[in-house]
Amino acid sequence: MSSETKQILTTDGIPLEVSLKKAEKKNKIKAFLLVAPLLLFLIITYIFPIGEMLFRSVDDRMVTNMLPKTFKAMEKWDGKELPPEEVFEAFYLDYKFLVEKKTFGKLATQLNYEKNGFKSILKKLQRKMKKFEQGNYKEQIMNVHKRWANVEYWRAIKRRAPDITYSKYLKAMDMYENEDGKISQVSEDRRVHRILWLRTLEIAFFVTILCFLMAYPIAHLLATLPMKYSNLLMICVLLPFWTSLLVRTASWMILLQQQGIVNDFFVWIGLVGEENRPEMMYNKTGTYVAMTQILLPFMVLPLYSVMKTISPSLMRAGKSLGGTPFVAFWKVYFPLTIPGIGAGCLLVFILAIGYYITPALVGGASGTLISNQIAFHMKSTLDWSFASAMGLMLLTGVLVIYWIYNKLVGVDNIKLG
Amino acid sequence: MSKNSEFVKFDKVDKSYDGKVLVVKDLNLDISEGEFITMLGPSGSGKTTCLMMLAGFETPTNGEIYLDSNPISNIPPHKRGIGMVFQNYALFPHMTVYENLAFPLKVRKVSKDEIDKKVDKALSMVSLTGFENRMPGQLSGGQQQRVAVARALVFDPAVVLMDEPLGALDKNLRESMQYEIKHIHESIGVTVVYVTHDQGEALTMSNRIAVFNDGKVQQLSSPDKLYEEPVNSFVAEFIGENNTFQGEVSDISNGKCKVKLKEGEIVANPINVKAKGDKTTVSIRPERALINPSQKMDNNYKGKIEEVIYHGDHTRVRLNVLGNPEFILKVPNSSQNIDIKLGNTINISWNSTDARALDPK
Repeated sequence: MSSETKQILTTDGIPLEVSLKKAEKKNKIKAFLLVAPLLLFLIITYIFPIGEMLFRSVDDRMVTNMLPKTFKAMEKWDGKELPPEEVFEAFYLDYKFLVEKKTFGKLATQLNYEKNGFKSILKKLQRKMKKFEQGNYKEQIMNVHKRWANVEYWRAIKRRAPDITYSKYLKAMDMYENEDGKISQVSEDRRVHRILWLRTLEIAFFVTILCFLMAYPIAHLLATLPMKYSNLLMICVLLPFWTSLLVRTASWMILLQQQGIVNDFFVWIGLVGEENRPEMMYNKTGTYVAMTQILLPFMVLPLYSVMKTISPSLMRAGKSLGGTPFVAFWKVYFPLTIPGIGAGCLLVFILAIGYYITPALVGGASGTLISNQIAFHMKSTLDWSFASAMGLMLLTGVLVIYWIYNKLVGVDNIKLG
Repeated sequence: MSKNSEFVKFDKVDKSYDGKVLVVKDLNLDISEGEFITMLGPSGSGKTTCLMMLAGFETPTNGEIYLDSNPISNIPPHKRGIGMVFQNYALFPHMTVYENLAFPLKVRKVSKDEIDKKVDKALSMVSLTGFENRMPGQLSGGQQQRVAVARALVFDPAVVLMDEPLGALDKNLRESMQYEIKHIHESIGVTVVYVTHDQGEALTMSNRIAVFNDGKVQQLSSPDKLYEEPVNSFVAEFIGENNTFQGEVSDISNGKCKVKLKEGEIVANPINVKAKGDKTTVSIRPERALINPSQKMDNNYKGKIEEVIYHGDHTRVRLNVLGNPEFILKVPNSSQNIDIKLGNTINISWNSTDARALDPK
């Protein structure tokens, strides 16, 4: 075969490819203009905030900008002993400037994230500073509070010098960079985040499994029942969709509380005594029950849409060829539903891993997830960069799961409808 | 070894889905070993239901089905050992051709070597050797059909059921597959129960045909008998083309009867009429009525040509005969030159034995 490909010309003598491009150009522009609003919308509401979040999670210029002189003076300090007089003087000048501009509160908050106890000594310093005399700032500052004479606090300030920091990520993993610049774990009684991450994964995993176990028979029924019954069943599946999430969660609170309907029923049938009604809310049980119910439709619908396409004659073929009903199901029906299982599990897992309202309301202390921690930092501590860091870690986790899934099953095999 | 003439036996089988309407009514049918029997009928006539009952996917409401003299109503489908070819092939889309064919052998715990041998044999039977590793989706409709046939035969079942297996194929492929299935049946001698609504298919392939209508077998006989000697007007109407006259018997004697029509009278062969005064439908096949025949026939009439349609190998002529404007004639296109022109009047004749006086419609 000749390696040369002959250029094909149109009847006018223009190369076919050129002519084709020209002919398609108008349509392409039209198509692009049609999707442009959505593209813009996506960029503004999706790509941009994620970029912003990424930036915020590592951005550390705030302290750098507030203490320019201090960090300049600190460059020569090796961090082993207390810093020399110049550092104290620079810090005094920076802080004085902040006090005059009345923005010193922010510095206190930021430094307090780095090391507890900064807030009070900065406040005290602000009060005492008015009476400071010229010169020998080191002694004067150290006299304000004994912590100012502690080298740890000065090291904490120096750690905030770079523009970019990954300390928030370390913090989310219950680790920190210690004085020598080594990454080490926080003391055991303060390792809260790792527990939350593991609990989030655990709950998302088991909720996915529970959803799968419940949704599979439902979806099968939906796909095989005659129209008039399957429509009714479909409404039952979709009804929760049309009810507010809060209402559904609240109704679970009514059902599950210790004096609630479920407990009353257990006592009535004599399963448990009146005295020791089980706690089913404000713990993991509550989170499992409520989340499984709320996420169930997300599993049912992809499974149903796949099962609907499986011809009933396949199961019959399996049986007529000698397979027992179980063999026919396991070898023929089940493999064909895998695309639906994959889609449903991925959907439920990803939704569960970032679930917020339900665990916040019924989870209590032992049933909250990492998303609740993110919300806590967004709303209460206002440490947005920490919240961003955790949010990004969650996002990365989801992407990793998606990647693994793609390797195992193949994204082409997902069927959502 | 004498062949069992009651290899499959439907004994007084009734079937109803809703308790109100009988889909199958008092079905009695014996199928002998090695026979190719076709259940033919319009949709909703109960033929597929019969097949499903035999396969075990439906249970008879009343009566019993016997396979090799054993009642099978309480045997689940997978233990019946009946091969089945489905309407849409029902190949397992996630398995290769080899795996599809190996499925019935694997569940029977056949050894690996044996499976290889049998799959090879089955594939060569349908001339698909070399397609083992294809997925069903990569095959054409005809190839899928052949895989389905091979799969239904690979485990040597005593009976193979085929439920309109050629329905989804185009005309040419359907015809060649008909011969192929017929040849496979002849070479391995398996009992085949075939369901179709296509009479051409039924006529070419079967040893015997059971014509279904309204949940009942209307006629069970060989293809030629079915066409030549339909026992009632439904069969005459359903199989092939047929010209009909509605009338009343005016005289019956010596195996012949006279039927009085609205205009005129014809001599016919009494099949479903007993006595004078019976209402009847007289059925005549288009090719049995001849124009200006050389030998003498006992029915001779004149007809006016209403329409001429050229069909290549023959010409269809629509005549107005005895007040029936829908009388069809098939004239072979030979060199013989008859004056067939619109509006002409011609002489046509037929033998009274070919004019069958059946039940009234």
